[in-house]
Amino acid sequence: MEKSRAGHAADSSRPDFGRRRFLGYVLAGPTLVAAAKLGVGTGTAEAAVPSAPEVSEAYDLNDLLRDAALPTSGLITVAVNPDGTASFDMPRLECGQGVSTLAAMLISEELSLPLDKINVTLADARPELLFNQFTAGSNTTFSMYTPIRVAAAIAKGQLLKAAGQLLNEQVHRLEPVLGAVRAPDGRELSYGELAKAAAGHEVRQVDVELTPSSNFTVIGTPRNRTDALEAVTGRKQFAMDIKVPDAMPTMVCRPPTIKGTVESVANVAEVRGMPGVTDVATIATGVAVRARTFGQCIDAVRALKVSWNQGTVDGMSDKDVLADLEKAEVPLAVPEVPVLARTVEKKFTFYTRDNAALEPQCAVADVRDGKAEIWAPLQAPILTQQKVAGLLGVPVSAVTVHVTPAGGAFGRKMFSDPVLEAVEASQQMGKPVRLMWHRVDEPRQGRAHPMCTSRIRATYLGNEVLTFEQRHTSVATDYTQGFGEVITNMAGEIPPLGQGNELGYSVPVFHLTVNVPYKFGAVTQLLNEIYEYDRIPSGSMRNLVNPDVRTAQELVVDQLAAEMGKDPYRFRREFADDQRALAVLDKVAEAGQWGRPMAPRTAQGISVHKEYKGAIATLVEIDCRPETVNRKVRDAVTGPRVTKAVVAVDTGLAVNPRGLEAQMQGGLMDGIAQALTSSKHLRNGAFLEASWDNYAYTRQWNAPFDVQIIVMPPTTGQPGGAGEFGVPSAMAAVACAYARATGTMPTSFPINHNDPLFFEPKPYEPPLVQSPTDGLTKY
Amino acid sequence: MPQHTFKLNGEQVTVDVEDDVRLLWVLRDVLDVTGPKYGCGINVCKACTSHINGKAFNPCSVRVTDIEPTDEITTIEGLPGTVGQPLHPMQQAWLDRDVAQCGYCQPGQIMAAVDKVRKARAEGREISDADLDEIRNVCRCGTYTRIREAIRAGAEHM
Repeated sequence: MEKSRAGHAADSSRPDFGRRRFLGYVLAGPTLVAAAKLGVGTGTAEAAVPSAPEVSEAYDLNDLLRDAALPTSGLITVAVNPDGTASFDMPRLECGQGVSTLAAMLISEELSLPLDKINVTLADARPELLFNQFTAGSNTTFSMYTPIRVAAAIAKGQLLKAAGQLLNEQVHRLEPVLGAVRAPDGRELSYGELAKAAAGHEVRQVDVELTPSSNFTVIGTPRNRTDALEAVTGRKQFAMDIKVPDAMPTMVCRPPTIKGTVESVANVAEVRGMPGVTDVATIATGVAVRARTFGQCIDAVRALKVSWNQGTVDGMSDKDVLADLEKAEVPLAVPEVPVLARTVEKKFTFYTRDNAALEPQCAVADVRDGKAEIWAPLQAPILTQQKVAGLLGVPVSAVTVHVTPAGGAFGRKMFSDPVLEAVEASQQMGKPVRLMWHRVDEPRQGRAHPMCTSRIRATYLGNEVLTFEQRHTSVATDYTQGFGEVITNMAGEIPPLGQGNELGYSVPVFHLTVNVPYKFGAVTQLLNEIYEYDRIPSGSMRNLVNPDVRTAQELVVDQLAAEMGKDPYRFRREFADDQRALAVLDKVAEAGQWGRPMAPRTAQGISVHKEYKGAIATLVEIDCRPETVNRKVRDAVTGPRVTKAVVAVDTGLAVNPRGLEAQMQGGLMDGIAQALTSSKHLRNGAFLEASWDNYAYTRQWNAPFDVQIIVMPPTTGQPGGAGEFGVPSAMAAVACAYARATGTMPTSFPINHNDPLFFEPKPYEPPLVQSPTDGLTKY
Repeated sequence: MPQHTFKLNGEQVTVDVEDDVRLLWVLRDVLDVTGPKYGCGINVCKACTSHINGKAFNPCSVRVTDIEPTDEITTIEGLPGTVGQPLHPMQQAWLDRDVAQCGYCQPGQIMAAVDKVRKARAEGREISDADLDEIRNVCRCGTYTRIREAIRAGAEHM
């Protein structure tokens, strides 16, 4: 197919980001300078020491990710095809967050081409993109907003130029109209007709102007997802649906404790002879079986007799990890404040949460003749490609990695372990495999947002909060994939892998993402971690540390407000440290009727949060009356119910307000889950939870009846992140509402973690549960 | 190998597969019908929800041998055919509300929604909050609010 290729913009590596770029770059080095500006005129002269603005306000994770991506961003290309369509092979993962739709909208805007003529596909791993093929940190819109538009605008310029020559007309007299170029006399040439003539003959640098925001007709308007029809008809294909010849179902028999390893297998021949089974092979993480159907894989896994070596936390339970955390907790400082100052001090525990999506881990691999071809949903495909090449001892060029749409990602799909398993199995079996994790594998051997504690000591005197210290102590979060690469590239001072996770990755990530969005005198926040990064499999989970960090803060804020005799909303209003935070707070208070009379044991909760270049506030109403808490739904975790939620979000510029609304609704459901119902229990070296009947993510019976999302009008004109943005604010608001409804501040999360177990733990050996047979009578 | 025959999305199909293989794997791995999704295999996530003789069920928990030759299985692929339209009204409601995010659970959600409305109608009433609260399908993206809206809207055209 012939294409018109857009020339590379002269300035695309130094793009015209406008005011936000100025903020990001100028402040890249001396962050404290910019931060000082934020403190000007805020009226807290009585604070114990000047409030040194936190790092993240001036230079947050999005800047870091975008800056890492800049040198290669010119390689993003928009093609105009002879059939009049445009294509964009996006070096990002579509995982439900809507980035395909968003990319199509940006192209539609700058190219003046209807949305349904734009095909956005997911690019294979392209190692030459270096760090520009990494989907994380709600960063896609932020870092692709300008490059995609530049490419599309250049394409439009080339089309106009070609039309000018063919129509013998001056370019400035031509007008692009929805896929065609029109001359003043009414003559028209379609983009399809122009595509060949507009093609370049050599790489040239071209200057381009982007459509000013005042002329936007697509950006900022609500649009439906471009893949919605495929989704509702069942035609949308995930990794496990892709037809690759002979890639037969494959599952892995996994150890009974976390990260145990295979010692020996007693009955390989017997299992290989079972119905449908073609192969059995021991791989690094267990014993892989390949069969005609996944059902027969389950049968085979259950029949395997495996002796296991011990794992990494054998014999350990929640209480042991908690004790290790407590031993590692860094003492809070004793602030130098006037003797009359009063202190609020609280400690919170956050238990382990599973980051699995509904689509189980799945990878198709064909490893034969010194080459590998992979299909999988991947947030970091380049790293995956490099790891596969390393595992097989072949050059990166011998490994093709196709990225499939993900059925949710949430951080889990930054890790390529399912791909490596599939590669190992395919190599050993000499055949293509379609490797899928059983659901049980996910909570038992998958990754989790690790257990942590957060301690806060705040002091106040009169109407001033003098100090606010937060000490966060966590089981190590594995950032060695994805984030690790980018940060390594930027900082260039990371200790060897395995030792440097905490100092090299976790601590920088912490300081780049956390803040206290209030004018509170001296603010300090510190993170320290226990254990090696991979002792308990971990990772981020729809946001990094902020759901926990901010929930702890907002509960203490409510406590401060109460002690200082102030209403929670008015307190936040008084201390909020910028106008955007104030605006979203006011919006939810107004729309959610803050302070309306509530029945006993029901209450409102409110929170405000700044991250991803945006501001968000959430107001919820919770019902903790016994008749609600004890309501019965078959095999369900009920408990307190969030009945209503109002969220106001300012991302700077909402490219697709409808998509943003969806992300906020999803973040709300995560926040509700993390506050009230969702956690994993570590007992004797393994997690008790084994499926969706044990791991209580928000379900319909927990969902609010009334959800209102308010997308604020553009503020900065630059789109910030959205995918993970809703979670911290929602979790904090739910926790605050619960505290107000019950009169008791919750100090461990989710609040039901230490209640008697609501389920019977499934067996560990065999590792998989058999599917029931009563599905015709039980629904 | 035993043979099994049943009606799938309006057509009689016959498969050679062991008796105890669950219908979900027969659909997905043998017949290449991939609309019903795997999410748990134990009838708790409901991602594979389909219809048997017009009623919702979960093929992950039914042996193929327990399906009768006259049984009519409808998966998301066959749902529009039940109304003789390019899309079932519930699918259209899903589009109108832009319900899906990643889309993985949505075939099951839609099949469960159609069943919910049919059951309420059979009892001579419309969908209530209590009905919606009973829907067990997991959506890990958290599209529950739009699902509730879409079911009410879709029901109006069923």
